[in-house]
Amino acid sequence: MKRYLQVIAAIWWKDVRVELRSKDIFTGMAVFAALALLILNFAFELRVPDKRMVVPGVLWVTVAFASVLGLGRAFISEKDRGSLAGLLLAPVDRSAVYCGKMLANLVFILVVELFVLPLIVLFFNVSLISLPLLLVVALGTIGLAVVGTIFSALTVNTRAREVLLPILLFPIILPVLVSGIRMTIGLLEGDPLSKLGNWLQLLLIFDILYLAIAFLTFDYVVEE
Amino acid sequence: MLSHRVLTVLNLAAAVSMVGAIYMALVQAPSAINLTETERWAQRIIYFHVPTAWLSMLAFFVTFVAAILYLVRPQPRWDILARCSAELGVAFTIAATASGSIWAKPAWNTWWTWDPRLTTYTIVLLLYIAYFMLRGAIEEPERRARFASVYSIFAFVSVPITFMSIRWWNTIHPVILDPNEDFGLGPGMTLAFVFCIVAFTVLYVALLANRLRLEYTIERVAALRARLLT
Repeated sequence: MKRYLQVIAAIWWKDVRVELRSKDIFTGMAVFAALALLILNFAFELRVPDKRMVVPGVLWVTVAFASVLGLGRAFISEKDRGSLAGLLLAPVDRSAVYCGKMLANLVFILVVELFVLPLIVLFFNVSLISLPLLLVVALGTIGLAVVGTIFSALTVNTRAREVLLPILLFPIILPVLVSGIRMTIGLLEGDPLSKLGNWLQLLLIFDILYLAIAFLTFDYVVEE
Repeated sequence: MLSHRVLTVLNLAAAVSMVGAIYMALVQAPSAINLTETERWAQRIIYFHVPTAWLSMLAFFVTFVAAILYLVRPQPRWDILARCSAELGVAFTIAATASGSIWAKPAWNTWWTWDPRLTTYTIVLLLYIAYFMLRGAIEEPERRARFASVYSIFAFVSVPITFMSIRWWNTIHPVILDPNEDFGLGPGMTLAFVFCIVAFTVLYVALLANRLRLEYTIERVAALRARLLT
């Protein structure tokens, strides 16, 4: 068990270090997110009486679209550099590889969210950031990273991989977006998190169930 | 491999039961009461709409089971079964959506509403379109089968969660009417209804058997050609 965790930590640290040096994923996702916010701002500016009404949707759409950008890179960069084979040849449990990659993606998306949230506060003039909201966003991000990482591995060996990832990911990830948006609406309207327990449960069920399936099927996705 | 005789029997059974289903739905079943003329005719769509919807779910369930079997024991036949059943599932999903839409126009006065069932069903259609796109994007048959199996497991498991999430969304906002309440069927109607469900299930089995045979034939032709050309 200790060794398993060490493997996870090693893979996670490798990805984080690569990212710290290149900053490819972060800059891509962050700039994309900023652009998306800008476009959404113009799209709603003249049409909506109160911008607060659209903020939950803006937040989650931006996060979902930006994450796809980063998730795609997770395995594409490994594949293009030829390091994927090495990673898979390593004498370790492959589910540990999955967990390491997934946690790295999780951190990347979370960092981008920490950049996006203040921007939303700035552009849309709402006091959005609170501890319950951060929890909701984190749980939603776990869902995105869990499903996104395995689908990223799935699409890396296909033609048109960048196109395929969002098409595979979005219909499956919908419960995350629905419950995330719903809870954000509730929190913005001043409901305590305890009143949104249903949604929280749904999100937790989603996270756990998909983590379990991904854990069980990852071997088949990377098997050569 | 299915024998020719079994296939003939299945085809005949499907043809007879579908003619029976049309008779039951359009002639035998009594008209609904308390409805206008147009609505009464539209109501008979239920005898086709519900069976096609049920079959789409059955077909995707078969795909799900075949996918698990493939991952446990990777034999091409499980993959062929999964794919053929998913194709039928998509066809029946479109049939159910179209018939539902035609019914909705007189009944709800709109072709479409974002009711939980309708929304979930649209997502199901998108999921399996994505499934076929994934299949189309992989050249190597063995890998294609494996990846498609993994995706169809995710797809089938996601449907109930998605349905729950959308239903909760809508029940919290009580603007959407719930059209699925108050759907009492009289005795004559129930008979026709059950008959149609059974008849359509026979149709599904027959279509699936034919589709599988076609697939095996394609494989055999390819093998024969390879042998002749070498």
